[in-house]
Order: sequence, then structure tokens, then C-alpha cells
Amino acid sequence: MPDTITDPRTAQAAAARPAAGWKETALQGWGRSSSAPCLAARPERMRELLAALQPPEGRTLLPHGGGRSYGDQALNSGGAAILTTRLDRILAFDEGSGLVVAEPGVTFADLLEVFLPRGWLAPTSPGTAFATLGGAVANDVHGKNHHRAGSFGDHVLWLDLLLPDGRLLRISDEEEAALFRATIGGMGLTGIVTAICFRMQRVPSNALRVHSRRVPDLEAFLAGFAEAAEATWSVGWIDALAGGRALGRGVLETAEPSESGLPPPKLKSRTFPMDAPPWLLNRLTVRGFNALYWRRAPVAGREQTTHYGKFLYPLDAILHWNRMYGRRGFHQFQCVLPFGPGEAALRQLLETISAAGEASFLAVLKVMGRPGRGLLSFALPGYSLALDIPARPGAAELLAALERITRDAGGRIYLAKDSMLSAEGFWSMYPEARRFMEIRAEIDPEGRLSSDMARRLHLA
Amino acid sequence: MSDSGMSATTNPTWLMLGASSAVARAFAREAASHGAGILLAGRDMDDLERQAADLAIRHGVPAAPVPFDARDLGSHRAFAEDCAARAGGPLNVFLAFGVMPDQAEADADPDAAAAMVEANFTGAVTVLAALAPVLEAQGQGTVVALGSVAGDRGRKRNYTYGATKAALLTYLQGYAARLSGAGVKVLCIKAGPVDTGMTWPLPKLPFMASPPAFARAAWARAAKGGGDAYIPGIWWPVMTIIRHIPTRVFNRLNI
Ligand SMILES: Cc1cc2nc3c(=O)[nH]c(=O)nc-3n(C[C@H](O)[C@H](O)[C@H](O)COP(=O)(O)OP(=O)(O)OC[C@H]3O[C@@H](n4cnc5c(N)ncnc54)[C@H](O)[C@@H]3O)c2cc1C
Ligand SMILES: NC(=O)c1ccc[n+]([C@@H]2O[C@H](COP(=O)([O-])OP(=O)(O)OC[C@H]3O[C@@H](n4cnc5c(N)ncnc54)[C@H](OP(=O)(O)O)[C@@H]3O)[C@@H](O)[C@H]2O)c1
Repeated sequence: MPDTITDPRTAQAAAARPAAGWKETALQGWGRSSSAPCLAARPERMRELLAALQPPEGRTLLPHGGGRSYGDQALNSGGAAILTTRLDRILAFDEGSGLVVAEPGVTFADLLEVFLPRGWLAPTSPGTAFATLGGAVANDVHGKNHHRAGSFGDHVLWLDLLLPDGRLLRISDEEEAALFRATIGGMGLTGIVTAICFRMQRVPSNALRVHSRRVPDLEAFLAGFAEAAEATWSVGWIDALAGGRALGRGVLETAEPSESGLPPPKLKSRTFPMDAPPWLLNRLTVRGFNALYWRRAPVAGREQTTHYGKFLYPLDAILHWNRMYGRRGFHQFQCVLPFGPGEAALRQLLETISAAGEASFLAVLKVMGRPGRGLLSFALPGYSLALDIPARPGAAELLAALERITRDAGGRIYLAKDSMLSAEGFWSMYPEARRFMEIRAEIDPEGRLSSDMARRLHLA
Repeated sequence: MSDSGMSATTNPTWLMLGASSAVARAFAREAASHGAGILLAGRDMDDLERQAADLAIRHGVPAAPVPFDARDLGSHRAFAEDCAARAGGPLNVFLAFGVMPDQAEADADPDAAAAMVEANFTGAVTVLAALAPVLEAQGQGTVVALGSVAGDRGRKRNYTYGATKAALLTYLQGYAARLSGAGVKVLCIKAGPVDTGMTWPLPKLPFMASPPAFARAAWARAAKGGGDAYIPGIWWPVMTIIRHIPTRVFNRLNI
């Protein structure tokens, strides 16, 4: 690997620092229910990134990647944001081992385009290819293979981290191990990740075989997941509006790499053209959609060969799909519940959601494997449930009820999706938050890194 | 892949002058996606090393950084010879370097104004003059240079910058005539606003192009031959109107 490229010293020695270009703007979370006026810089290269460490008026600072976190995590109202999207160079790739070194603005879409034709796939991936690697580290993201592959951070060998004081450190399990564990899942609050070294996985072709079948209720779902423990990928789509005997009905998908590939996909995406009018999503239309989706999958199951992109990123085919929820936007709720007590809690969550009748599209159910490596990593062994909740009157009460159920069952809420968790709830769900704050105090004594979420959860 | 030479190949090579520019970076990716080798000439060697690695990994083409300062006029002859020696196949040139300080700064500080003229125009003249014999000798190749819609008519907001781009266009017209006999095509792009670091701090500009979209259009236009061209194309009607606004009216406009 051409180590000089990512050698922190090279970057630090880079030519005289130019003044960073700042601009007044407003950033939004993907759910569009949170929005934040701030100053933003968008460095095109390392030299400009270093210059952006000194925002005007002594403002606080936060990195911002693809903007795919739903709530207020990537927002910094009244502060400054450093947009990392232009830092998108792939710096090294080793054909033999699948090791990649890349800048933080490289996206999962880039990885798919560059490496899948050569037989390499990201070790794990969130449900959108527009997430950046910096964001993947900062939330220690997981994919449909979590039960087998763990979270993204499990595949990271080292990171280069730029501290607010301008120091650039290479951190790993060997060097600065505590800071490494704080940075994985650290929500940008330990510094700006400037390079990520991680390992890709080999795949035999550009396609996988997806098996999907209709599942009548929650009990059958959990049994289905238990049977599918060996599957490489697995995910469940639940009709969150169905109640009573149909509570938890849905479609279970499992997938395995396909030995034979498909012709390269045609790059085709549609754009959701505008904010949907408020009447579009109501109990009836969504109920109809969910029921249709459920019925489409045969009881006996069906197998199809599909491109990785289509399976991993089903929503990316429609750009700006988040406009579907109209101008007011939506919240996303995702939690993980430990096996055992989690089963009853899962039922309780679904009952609460179905009773509230908030027009929610399919909820996603997943089984998670090992805990993440980061101090604030989300993953726990157990069941994860995720769903959208339109930002309407009553949403806050519903989310508070879901938080209570999650907390009582020893579960936790996923910060990448969150906009409503209480500070108290956070501190009880994330026992290593105290350790996280100690490390933050060491590397950022002046509290220069901050975010709307950090302030809400008393992390700043 | 960041060795200093280019491996032997008959594929064309694109020499990117001012390679750390966001527009140049997008064009380099576009050219590399068509199999061209890339020489990255500029001052920010850290960035050029990174780009070279990125191009080699993404597109499997040879790519290498070369130190280049547009204002170091005396170095350009040796630089041109060095590039000719490094290029595997025929050499093509993409000229992207340039600076755009505030008009107020150029007005108040003669050194800043002179530095801009040197970076945007004088440096382009001397490096293109140094490259001309190389292009003539190979009897083929394309030169693409980034002019600007700002060069079409001097505006209150940025007339010193605009003047450097107008001068560049005039120079390129003669340069094109000189090289046409040798089969070399010369294209001056009258660029509209592109979403780069240069325009990021400015208030919202009309018809802003993303660098990749701009690069795709520039690549397609260069394949058709030399001359000059507005990219994005919408700037042709817009600038036709702006050029024809009577002076008395124009001087009162705040553009
Ligand atoms: C349709 C959809 C599906 C999704 N599916 C999943 C899923 O299956 N699993 C999952 O885990 N997540 C999922 N997510 C959430 C998403 O993966 C995470 O929010 C991810 O962090 C987004 O990355 P981003 O680049 O958009 O980061 P942003 O949203 O811009 O930022 C997220 C956080 O990362 C920090 N950050 C960004 N860049 C850096 C950097 N260079 N250094 C340090 N910190 C940085 C920011 O400060 C912020 O705290 C999904 C999101 C969407 C929209
Ligand atoms: N962006 C637009 O809207 C727009 C519109 C019309 C025309 N243009 C033109 O397009 C070109 C590229 O602009 P851009 O938008 O990509 O801006 P940019 O990112 O600021 O690029 C300008 C580049 O010029 C280089 N440069 C400046 N002085 C130099 C010198 N003395 N020697 C070598 N390199 C030098 C800079 O490199 P260093 O790192 O060495 O400083 C920088 O990489 C410019 O010529 C610009 O005038 C841009």
C-alpha cells in the first residue's frame, strides 16, 4: 500500500492553509422533520479540510457526510458543519486481501461501482448506498448480514482521525485504542475521520439468490428467523398496520451469493418529484399498499436472482423518496431488543404501533448478532425493528411510548435514525456513554465538536 | 499506483494543468473512464498523489503527479518536455488552473490584480507555448482550456477576472489556427458556474452545473472538435442577450 498517501505527516505538511470558504445554509436530516441553519464548508481536499477546522466566530464544528441519518445527528444549529462529500478518493486497494483505504466521502455506491465488477463487495452495508464511509464509521452501521458479519466497524483496521486542534492520528486496536472505540459509533463527536482502512468481502458474481416467503404472524416470523440463522443475508418486512391475529405478518427474505452473475444493471433511478400532499398517506392507502406487498410473496416461497444493488438498496431507486411524507417530514424509530425479554416487548411495540394506526409503511425486522466494537455502537444480540412515523400530532407521544417499551426490555434506540429519544433514556440505554465523555474531554477539552443531537442527549 | 512515470501504452494521455481543481478532477475521472492515462500537474502534491491513486484504482489507468506552477513562467519549457517524455501515448491537454479573487481585492491591491493576470493568462500563454512543439511533433491531440462566461462581457462584479478569460480566448483562437495544420484541435470552453470550491462561498448562482455533469459535457464536446463552446449550453442564449444589452442599461445593472 502506498503508505505515503495516507501518512498523517504528508497531509500536515501540505502547503500553506488557504482561508476556508464558509457559506450560510440550512441542513436537514433525512426524515426532514429536523432542519438546522449553520455555516458550512465543503473542502475539496485535505488542505482545505485543515483550513476549515477554524470556523468563524468560534462556532462549534461537526462533520456531515451523505446526510442520510434521519434526525438531528448530522445537524449543528447555529454552529458550523464540514461537508465531506468531496473528499472521495479511493487511496489504496489490495486485490489479494480486499483491503481498501479510502477518504470519508466515498460512498457505498462508489464501492459497488468500482469493486463489484472485480468480485468484491462491502463487508456490510446500510440500506442506502448514498451513505458515506465516514457516516458508516460514525454510526457503526449494520446491514442485512449483521447476524453473520457484525457491524461496519468490525471490518475496520484503522482510521485516520483529525482532532479539532489539528492533530491527525492513526487510530486502531493497537494505537489509541480507546479513541478508536470512541470514534466507531462516535457520531462525529471525536473528530473528523479522514481515512478508513477496511476489508471487503469476496463474492462470486454481481448477483444473489433471494428467497422470499409470506409469513402469517409474529410467532412464525421469529421461528423463520431462527431457521434462517445460517443465511448470509436475512431481513423481514412487517405490515405494521396489521393487528389482532395478523399482528407481525410480513415477508421474510433470505439471500445467498449467486455463482452466476447477471448482465450489468441499467442505471435507472426515478425522482420523487415534490412534497406529497398530506392526504396521500393515510390509514387506507398505506393499509392497501402493505397488504398488497404481503400478498405478492407466495406462502410457499419464491426464489429470484437479483443484483446486489437492488437487494441491498431497494429504496435508492427513487431519489428523494423522503418527500413522500410531505412537507412536515417523518421520524424513524429503530430499536434493538435482546433475545428473551425482547420477544414480548416486540409484540408490545407492534401492538402499540398498530393501535396508533399512524400510516406507517412496512417495518423492517432483523436479527442482530454480536455487539458492536464502539462505545456507543448500536448493535446488541437480539431483534431490531425499524419503521417510519409521519410527523403528525401524536407522533411524539407514540415515540415516547415506544422508547419506554424498548428501555424496559433492556433494548436501545438507534441514534442514526433518532430525533426524539430523551437524554435520560439515552444514558440508560448506552452504559458506556460515560467512558465516551471522558475520552471526549481528553481530545476536545474546549468542547469544539458538537451537534443538535449531542446537545439533546447531554453529550455536549 | 503512484510511480512517477507512466507505463508504456498507446492509449492517449491527458495532461491536467491545475489538476487539483474540482473541474479538472471530474474531467480526469471522465477521461480515465475512457481508458486515458492521466498526468496530474499542479502545486498541491498531497492531493495529486491521492488523485493518482484514485484514478488508478477506479479505472485501472496509469496516473501520476507532476509538480507545476503556472506562475513559474521560466519552468514551463522544461516542464513541457518532461511531460512529453512521461506520456505513454499522444498527449492531450486540459488547462484548468485559475484564480478568482474578489473584484474589490483586485481593485484595491495591484499585486493581487497582477497575480491574477499572471495565474489566469500569462501562465497559460507560456505553458501552452512550451507545449506547442510537442503537439506539433505528434501531429494529433486535443487541447481543452477553461474560459468563462465572465469573459463575454466585462461586468462590475468581476471584470478583471473576466478580462483574463477574454484574453485567454483570444490567445486560444490564434493558437488553434497555428496548430490546425498539425491536426491538433483546440477547444475553449466558456464555462458557466460550476459547483466547486471557487463558487461555494458565493450566493446562489443560476444554472449551476455539477463537476461530473460538466466534465461529461466537456468530454463529449471535445470529441466533436475544437472551437469554443458554452457549457452548460443554456449559457449561449443567456450570454447572447447579455452581450446585446445597451451599455447605458448594462452599466446600471448590478450583475
Ligand atoms: C434509506 C435508508 C436506509 C438506511 N438503512 C440503514 C441500515 O440498514 N443500517 C444502518 O446501520 N443504517 C441505516 N441507515 C442510516 C445510515 O446508514 C446512517 O445514518 C449513516 O451514518 C449515514 O451516513 P451519511 O454519510 O449519510 O452520514 P450523515 O447522516 O451525514 O452523518 C451521520 C453521522 O456521521 C458523522 N460523520 C459523517 N462523516 C464523518 C467523518 N468523516 N468523520 C466523523 N464523523 C462523520 C456525522 O457527524 C453524523 O454524526 C439508513 C438510512 C437511510 C436513509
Ligand atoms: N467554478 C466555476 O464556476 C467556473 C466558471 C467558469 C470558469 N471556471 C474556471 O475553471 C477553472 C477551474 O476552476 P474550479 O472551479 O475548478 O476552481 P478551483 O477548484 O479553485 O481550481 C482552480 C485551480 O487552479 C489552480 N491554480 C491556481 N493558481 C495556480 C498556479 N499558479 N499554478 C498552478 N495551479 C494553480 C489551483 O491549484 P492550487 O492548489 O495550486 O492553488 C486550483 O486547483 C478555472 O480556470 C476557473 O477560472 C470556473
